Amino acid sequence: MNDKIYKYCLITAVGLILPVGVGIFLTLLWDAMPAFEKFGVIEFITSCDGNSVAEGEKYGALPYIVGTLATSFLALIISVPFSLAAALFSGEYYRGKRFAGIIDSAVAMLAGIPSIIYGLWGFAVLNPILVSMKLSETGYGILSASLLLAIMIIPYSASLTKEFIMMVPSELKEGAYSLGATRSDVIAKIVLPKCMPGIISTFILALGRALGETMAVTMVIGNTNFLPKSITDTGNTMASIIANRFGEADGLQMASLIAIALLLFVITFIVNLTGKFIVKKLKA
Amino acid sequence: MNQYPIMKIKNLSVEYAKGKPAVKNINAEIMNHTVTAIIGPSGCGKSTLLRAMNRIHELYDNINVTGEILLDEENIFRKSPIIVRRKIGMVFQRPNPFPNMSIYENVLSGYTLNGIKLKKSTKNEIVQTNLESVGLWDEVKESLQKKGTFLSGGQQQRLCIARALALRPQVLLMDEPTSALDPIATKKIEELILQLKNRVTIVVVTHNMQQATRLADSSMFMYLGELIEYLPTYELFNNPKNKKTQDYISGNFS
Repeated sequence: MNDKIYKYCLITAVGLILPVGVGIFLTLLWDAMPAFEKFGVIEFITSCDGNSVAEGEKYGALPYIVGTLATSFLALIISVPFSLAAALFSGEYYRGKRFAGIIDSAVAMLAGIPSIIYGLWGFAVLNPILVSMKLSETGYGILSASLLLAIMIIPYSASLTKEFIMMVPSELKEGAYSLGATRSDVIAKIVLPKCMPGIISTFILALGRALGETMAVTMVIGNTNFLPKSITDTGNTMASIIANRFGEADGLQMASLIAIALLLFVITFIVNLTGKFIVKKLKA
Repeated sequence: MNQYPIMKIKNLSVEYAKGKPAVKNINAEIMNHTVTAIIGPSGCGKSTLLRAMNRIHELYDNINVTGEILLDEENIFRKSPIIVRRKIGMVFQRPNPFPNMSIYENVLSGYTLNGIKLKKSTKNEIVQTNLESVGLWDEVKESLQKKGTFLSGGQQQRLCIARALALRPQVLLMDEPTSALDPIATKKIEELILQLKNRVTIVVVTHNMQQATRLADSSMFMYLGELIEYLPTYELFNNPKNKKTQDYISGNFS
């Protein structure tokens, strides 16, 4: 009897989750249709917003797709060495020691900061630093957003990577040490290969977070709607253009924003699937 | 064969916590080309003693090793642990082939881990001779590129022995090498140990007294961290001098 109740509870819960997910996708698709019908899906993805009266009302997602992918991948690349170092420090080198505890709390603190604070810090501190280093004219732009995103995703990848590193059985490490391997050899040739699937899935999860992060990015990316040519250019991500415009948008502009939301949804989904596929390949 | 003590243990103590030695003041000599068994009840310090011999304890903080171990009259604690561990190989309780490496790469892992580059022909030769010496060559020669973890437990353990032998160690330490294996695989490993003593000195920790009598030329009996008796195996089991040894081998405690 208990088993039955348990089972029905589970079925009800799952039965609710699935339609919600599918429902969000379908309603987004429905509301985005006017934009896709007007501009065509391919044209919408590969063009920019119109900037002359002659063009009439025209929207395109390309600058925002580029902005999103550029900031997220850049953030990921910047974050990898730092997260790996933090994970190796607290999970291997100083495992169980006080210093590891300090690193862990620092990482946990970074994870706990609300994104509006990151955004404000980026605006008030990071941007002026970039200006003074002559990396950017105003501070605003892809570079600033990527650095901020990198700091924001480091806690996630560092703490998960650490878990994977700590899961490597000590018999394997002792086996390698007993053959005369040095610590760096053991880490590079035994520990990291052993947890590579886990680390990759961790970084893909982090990439997923970076793709969708909105507030902090909106505050430092510069919010321009032309196609960024370099990392010091200003731009917009898919999330930040939505945050910027949804308040006053209606009609075709609203449909275009929803179309962008739908594309972001699809990109995040593809990234997660790719991650799963890579992990599966590596585990085999 | 000319026999001499290849390893001399002098006043060796190991402490896991300050003032609580797990191994107390051990003095012993191990003859070359012999099999020496370390026996004793659980927690008597036999593995701890073995793990001091290739300085594995140094991987962990808080473990304090004092005393000397001489290998060919040289104190291993005065040399680089990397060199020591290449000369004194180790086989563990549970087979631990590297899961990210093929059978072929596992045999060579002592070299690759140490960053030693070898010619292809040398590699092939090392892989074949060492797999042959553990009796694994005919079983795996068609599947050298498969992961070592696909093998059975006994095969994995022989692969781990081949991996250790590939570095041509002088001494091979074995920490209950058959305790995770079935009887047939155990028999194969035991036969292998007897063959191998012609080329390497073997120290084996075992909680199986029959195994000690089958394998070992001499046996150490340890109790509560102390070396109670160290005699030729036949003597130890048939004519033990110490009451504790008598009680243990007659099964009065374990």
